[in-house]
Amino acid sequence: MPRIAFPPPPSSDATEALRAEVRDFLRTELADRPPRRRADSWNGFDRAFSRKMGERGWIAMTWPKRYGGHERSALERYVVLEEMLAAGAPVAAHWIADRQSGPLLLKNGTEEQRLSILPRIASGDCTFCIGMSEPDSGSDLAAVRTRAVPVAEDEGGGWRVNGTKLWTTYAHHAQYMILFCRTDGGAEDRQGGTSQLLVDLSTPGITIRPILDLSGAHHFNEVVFEDVLLPEDALIGRRGDGWNQVMSELAFERSGPERFLSSMALLTELVRALGPSPSGHAAIALGRLVGHLIVLRRLSRSVADMLDKGENPALQASLVKDLGALFEQEIPEIARQLVEAEPDLDSTREFSAVLAHTVMNAPAFSLRGGTREILRGIIARGLGLR
Amino acid sequence: MTDSILADTARRLFTDRVTPEVLRRAEEGHGEGHWPADLWTAIEEMGLGLALVPEEAGGFGVDMVEALELVRIAGSFAAPVPLADSMLAGWLLAGAGLEVPAGPLTVAPPHTGEPAPVLIRRNGGWHLSGSVRRVPWGRSAAAVALLAEYDGQICVVRLDAGDWRVAEPGRNIAGEERDDLRFDTALAGDRVAPAPKGLGAGTLHAMGATLRSLAMAGAIERVLDLTVQYVGERVQFGRPLGKFQAVQQNLAVLAGQAAAAGAAADGAAEAFADLASGVPCPLPVAAAKLRCGEAAGIAASIAHQMHGAIGFTHEHALHHLTRRLWSWRDEYGNEASWAMRLGRQVAAAGADGLWPLVTAA
Repeated sequence: MPRIAFPPPPSSDATEALRAEVRDFLRTELADRPPRRRADSWNGFDRAFSRKMGERGWIAMTWPKRYGGHERSALERYVVLEEMLAAGAPVAAHWIADRQSGPLLLKNGTEEQRLSILPRIASGDCTFCIGMSEPDSGSDLAAVRTRAVPVAEDEGGGWRVNGTKLWTTYAHHAQYMILFCRTDGGAEDRQGGTSQLLVDLSTPGITIRPILDLSGAHHFNEVVFEDVLLPEDALIGRRGDGWNQVMSELAFERSGPERFLSSMALLTELVRALGPSPSGHAAIALGRLVGHLIVLRRLSRSVADMLDKGENPALQASLVKDLGALFEQEIPEIARQLVEAEPDLDSTREFSAVLAHTVMNAPAFSLRGGTREILRGIIARGLGLR
Repeated sequence: MTDSILADTARRLFTDRVTPEVLRRAEEGHGEGHWPADLWTAIEEMGLGLALVPEEAGGFGVDMVEALELVRIAGSFAAPVPLADSMLAGWLLAGAGLEVPAGPLTVAPPHTGEPAPVLIRRNGGWHLSGSVRRVPWGRSAAAVALLAEYDGQICVVRLDAGDWRVAEPGRNIAGEERDDLRFDTALAGDRVAPAPKGLGAGTLHAMGATLRSLAMAGAIERVLDLTVQYVGERVQFGRPLGKFQAVQQNLAVLAGQAAAAGAAADGAAEAFADLASGVPCPLPVAAAKLRCGEAAGIAASIAHQMHGAIGFTHEHALHHLTRRLWSWRDEYGNEASWAMRLGRQVAAAGADGLWPLVTAA
């Protein structure tokens, strides 16, 4: 018996009709989207596109209908997701909410939070960001310093929040943040005393400042909270239970097709540049990459199936993310040796532009959502070494 | 016999019978290895070699994926017997309507660019002459199944011990027999049959690649087990090796390779039924052989690094697995040859065909 089991994923025959429908939609919707824009992958932000997906019922696919969901299977959701990512569709306007924040509210939110927010996520109208990292709390998430203090009833009640969040993707477009912060205890309590709060980003006292990534693009932000007053019902789940809630949230974040498809636009352009009769050397390099892709997809679908069955594949998800990031980072290194081209974001050649984009984004693949070292630590613990 | 009972039976059998002594004797010297007759008898009593043979031809009629699991299990024990090869030979012979004889069986692996032996009609029967290379357990097998050509048609041929001579005895680096055989022999009518539709050298090569992928996946899983165990026990600088972060990170990489190899082999096993029904080489088979082969090299390298000098000794059990991994990755096509084949298919599908090709795999 393997130490870390990946049960065979179900056959995808049942979802082929849906897949064809999604491909038709994307063929029309993305007809004018050049490869260099497709390379944005899940960083591409387009509200109109997200609303169209909402109309089709392709957001919140597995959620209950009373919250705007469509009660479809996880396998169907996976098909929509992987088709979007493989095509380089601009999903950022709904992506984080659909993948992470919505499921969190479904599981731990109050009925009122669910009824007021989930239907807006499902229609593609509502964008979320995740407030986890801080200036002194990166991989060491338990070192969180942002603090929410209960306000006395006679002073209006609720929470007063102070602190700074960092690397907050799309905070500048989002209506809400899921804030991970300390509500009790101090740094010595580590995971204990942490909670999650739902933050309406239009609340006074919140300042959002851009942080440009190494290519000069604006996805990240710094979000500063100065005496921000949140209502009492902003609390998600139980006070002091933040750590456990976040960890189960990360199992969703670490397992999906986004963890090995980030460089798909470049792989596609590589095939185009090599043409129908590549050299033996190029065919070997290309075939190896596609072989890895086929295997990664199988591993990822296996994890999706385990999630669907209510199991907790946090260990398997970490493993897929680690392998997936290596694969995504290898693609630019291999592609650039097979095609005579210099990376140039503004080149008229799509290959050069996509290569430039991928090379400059690749370092993030093994940082975001858990660094390589953290993931391997989780795997080592799963092997019984820690 | 249900599936899990089959797998459990095999595990128990190998646990009892594949002893350090059996492994040592089987791999001894150069060309002096000892055929593990007791182990094989036990396997044959359980009928494991017939796992791919349909019920009406004397097999159990279990699902192919479940049957192929035996190959992974045998690989994880480094069982020094041609179980995988017997299973494939049994499938090949039964599929062509030929009788499946008792004893260890094997298949002559087709080699790219080398013509199949040629059959001619003679005296109301058949005559086969030619040679085949690197036949697993060629000298020890009771029968060899091979593909030959008659008048442009592919036939399945069964040769029995005595029909061939060993032209050049060989071994892979794990001490497993890999012999060149030569034959020039008359054969009765019941030893030759037309191959089932769609079956050719390419299919057989892909089936062999599937078997070796499964065996590698099993061996890598066991290499991970041994290594986890070792770093938990070996103490240096006052603590077990497994407490050092550098060691933990290496073990995590090894676990990733084991998972990838396992999933790749699963995919190939599922595709085996397609191969058997005449679909020319499905993509998961190419993906499996190249992925398991790559994982084999990485896993062996990390395992030896973690085991230190003791793992490099003949005394230690690790080499039974790692020497097989280094052998099997080069049998039935190495990583490059499968990657080239897959790469050409991808190139032919073109940029817009890439993703549909991946999702159909």
